[in-house]
Amino acid sequence: MPGVKRGVRRMLWVCTRSWVGMLGLSLVLAWVLGGLGAPWLAPFPPQATLLPFAPPGTVSEVGTRFWLGTDHLGRDILSRLLYGARTVLLYAPLATGCAYAIGILLGLLAGYAGGWLDALLSRVSDVILAFPVLVLYVLVIATIGPSAVNIVLAITCASAPGIMRIVRGLTRELRQRDYVAAAQMRGESAGYIMLVEILPNARGPLLVDACLRLGYVIMTMGVLGFLGLGLPPPSPDWGSMINETRAMAQVFPWMPLFPCLAISSLVLGLNLLADSVQDQTRLQ
Amino acid sequence: MEAMASTHLLTLDGLHVTYHTPAGEVTAVHDVSLSLPRGACVGLVGESGCGKTTVALAIMRYLGQHGRVRRGHIRFQGQDLLQLSPRQMRQLRGAQIAMVYQEPGAALNPSLTIGTQLREVLRAHQPRTRDEAARRVAQMLRDVRLVDVDRILAAYPHQLSGGQQQRIVIAMALLGQPSLLLLDEPTTALDTTIAAGITSLIQEIRRRFGTSMLYISHDLGRVMEVCERVYVMYAGRVVESGPTRLVFGSPRHPYTRGLLQALPHPGAHKHTQPLRAMPGQPPGLTPQLPGCAFAARCEALQAGTCDVIEPLLQPVGADGHLVRCHRWADLARPVTPVVTPASPPPASGGIVLQVSALRKDYPLPHQGGGRRRVVSANVAVSFMAQQGDIVALVGESGAGKSTVARIVAGLETATAGTVLWQGENLAQHPVTQRTLAQRRAIQMIFQHAHETLNPSWTVGAQIARVYTRYGLARDAQTRQRLVLEILDRVQLQRTLAQSYPYQLSGGQQQRVAIARAFAAQPALVIADEPVAALDVSVQAAVLALLLDMQRVHGTTLLFISHDLGVVRYLADTVVVLYLGQVMERGTVHEVFAPPYHPYTAALLTALPTLAPQPRPTLWDGEVPSALEPPRGCPFVTRCPHKLPGLCETTRPPSQAVTASHMIACHLPLAQCRAVFPAS
Repeated sequence: MPGVKRGVRRMLWVCTRSWVGMLGLSLVLAWVLGGLGAPWLAPFPPQATLLPFAPPGTVSEVGTRFWLGTDHLGRDILSRLLYGARTVLLYAPLATGCAYAIGILLGLLAGYAGGWLDALLSRVSDVILAFPVLVLYVLVIATIGPSAVNIVLAITCASAPGIMRIVRGLTRELRQRDYVAAAQMRGESAGYIMLVEILPNARGPLLVDACLRLGYVIMTMGVLGFLGLGLPPPSPDWGSMINETRAMAQVFPWMPLFPCLAISSLVLGLNLLADSVQDQTRLQ
Repeated sequence: MEAMASTHLLTLDGLHVTYHTPAGEVTAVHDVSLSLPRGACVGLVGESGCGKTTVALAIMRYLGQHGRVRRGHIRFQGQDLLQLSPRQMRQLRGAQIAMVYQEPGAALNPSLTIGTQLREVLRAHQPRTRDEAARRVAQMLRDVRLVDVDRILAAYPHQLSGGQQQRIVIAMALLGQPSLLLLDEPTTALDTTIAAGITSLIQEIRRRFGTSMLYISHDLGRVMEVCERVYVMYAGRVVESGPTRLVFGSPRHPYTRGLLQALPHPGAHKHTQPLRAMPGQPPGLTPQLPGCAFAARCEALQAGTCDVIEPLLQPVGADGHLVRCHRWADLARPVTPVVTPASPPPASGGIVLQVSALRKDYPLPHQGGGRRRVVSANVAVSFMAQQGDIVALVGESGAGKSTVARIVAGLETATAGTVLWQGENLAQHPVTQRTLAQRRAIQMIFQHAHETLNPSWTVGAQIARVYTRYGLARDAQTRQRLVLEILDRVQLQRTLAQSYPYQLSGGQQQRVAIARAFAAQPALVIADEPVAALDVSVQAAVLALLLDMQRVHGTTLLFISHDLGVVRYLADTVVVLYLGQVMERGTVHEVFAPPYHPYTAALLTALPTLAPQPRPTLWDGEVPSALEPPRGCPFVTRCPHKLPGLCETTRPPSQAVTASHMIACHLPLAQCRAVFPAS
């Protein structure tokens, strides 16, 4: 897909030309690199119990510092954050990707076919969207149990309807274009028209939405962890880290503070990235 | 200087405007001087991207954060507008200088009623009581010749037609009683007949209120009608200026000559007097090359002079006729039509397409209760096309021309009637039910150049797809070769195959669309207003190409247009449609000669001529709503010749003038012979 390659290149070009884009890109890249390089960057193993309640900057027995302190079980917070980034950056994009695959497919169908199919899909998505999302998560995960797969499944179900509505709206607009009529006259199949003629032209708004939604999913994963519905302990999960130490927040503020900052910085980075992607679509 | 200030309302003096772009500072307006006498109407003409609108925006000081006046003065009633504070400028706008924009729909607030918006304008300038404001607003709407004022005041913009919206925008501009009105392409977005109404309104306003006007347009015909002086702009420069009759009558600049030659003149026909299209396009906002800005497109280019020294504005004669050309003296001969030996019309073949009693109804959204209402886009449309002929469907917006095209193309199906194509009725066959051969044989060129190509794929890939689909090229190499060949045929550079549509100009995009249609080697090409959105010069080039491709391939062309000038030039057979019904049908020579249908005569009247003369107003009305069409003749609400009692109630009979010429009218043919277009 030459179009995709060109789009990515242009996107990078725009991101590096505004400070907003640069900041967003560096925040996201920092976490991606941190997560990827966790085995080498982390000063300690994430599960190792060392020195409990050590404030940030304490020097450990082996001479290395606990830069961000340790938690109540004596685990190094920095190391856990770096390993936690791996979980977040694996499952959040996975869940978003799944939601997009389903949302795009249903949105294209509803928007292009119209009629009863559109009515049916739209009503179903209305029902899901009207349902309080947290209750939905609690219900789904409490029923099928907290595991990585189930979290991805729950998030996919909850996000896909929103994506479907966006894609449906874009499709309804784009199918009026003359090039779609030209494709219909060539006798192209509906699948070809949806995937080749319509979808690529919806990529601008969808990329913006994807960045924002990825941030939202990361937030959601944090919330799930906080509610005890995240990845089962002792795996380093940012939300769970906040949950486990929230009772001690007044005495040991650093324990929940740093995971909170980790989540905010990654989400902020994605939002800033979305902003500059939006600018680039407008330039087009 | 004192004398100047008293006779001239507005003078521009050596105006330079630059825009800040990512590529650096570029000049959009270069040394433009212009004077507008009190009560006069002065035209500013040229292709898109020549800086006309920038001049108007500079006068309003609306250049935005990237635009800046670098040098020069703008004097209005003796004061330099560039020296005024933003506050003083705000007071001037609306009260003294008002502007009318190209898109009336965009100038009106969609969420407020017309009445509210108009009263708001009054409040901003002169505080008045509610009653007085309401009276003034209603009077102003009558002044712009709107009927049914109370309904319009309570309406929202989307409930009005484009012509009505433009009248309201003009009314809005006039409410502040400005002494200067800037009109930026006020008729470009409108149908010919509606545009003619707006032009005569503009002239009437000038007579009644003595408003001075700067009329910006690329439509030379309209400018000819309303302006006594004209400034021709190219690449941000005034290249020729003077009294309209001199500039258009004996143009001295090659650019002005090129613009005039690109216009389809009355009486010109493809076989006798082909249009001459100027090559190339305006340079746009790019750094200036040495020499004359027009050098790259000039036929009279003298190497060593024109491409080295920038020419200055020099006087031609005494009447204030100025031209910016080194070679104006050599270009003295008047523009005479280039009469090429009449190429014999190609022998028409058999009938390939026969449309009979075609009808299309659209169901309206259910209103609850009663039976479902339908709106008819077409009522019994019949015509036929012979092989190699150009059949034109003409009429105003809402005449149902595009519906006919879409049914023939298979994008919609007919409610009733037949579309006979090689012995088979395709009226109820959408493209999905047509055979590969049928799909290949009927191709379409669409109206909107900017959306006819998919923005995500290269030009080459989109043309290549046609060859793949119709099995005309099996392997990638043949495909590639065919794509390059067809690009040559439509006179586009081969390198454009790798370009994306947004990198192309409107004219180039339409050329690609033509290439895509003819790549299938079709027997019939449907062209739905293919040049309506293009500049005059580009229009001529695209028409010439279309004609050439059609001739070479012997293709039948179904040409849909609202522009009678183009149709008269291009067509062999003409079908005049009004509210989905055929009003007149015949060969181009029959339709454009007496006897006329009153509607055809009215359409011809609305056509701009290149002769300055007061326009007789034949009609004021709008096309009636297709929801409630008149019971009798559809044209009865606007017809100046209607027979009371008969035309309102009974459908007009089809009267055969000759075997090929039909007029649907109650008037006896003898009386139709007395109906003439007023010009």
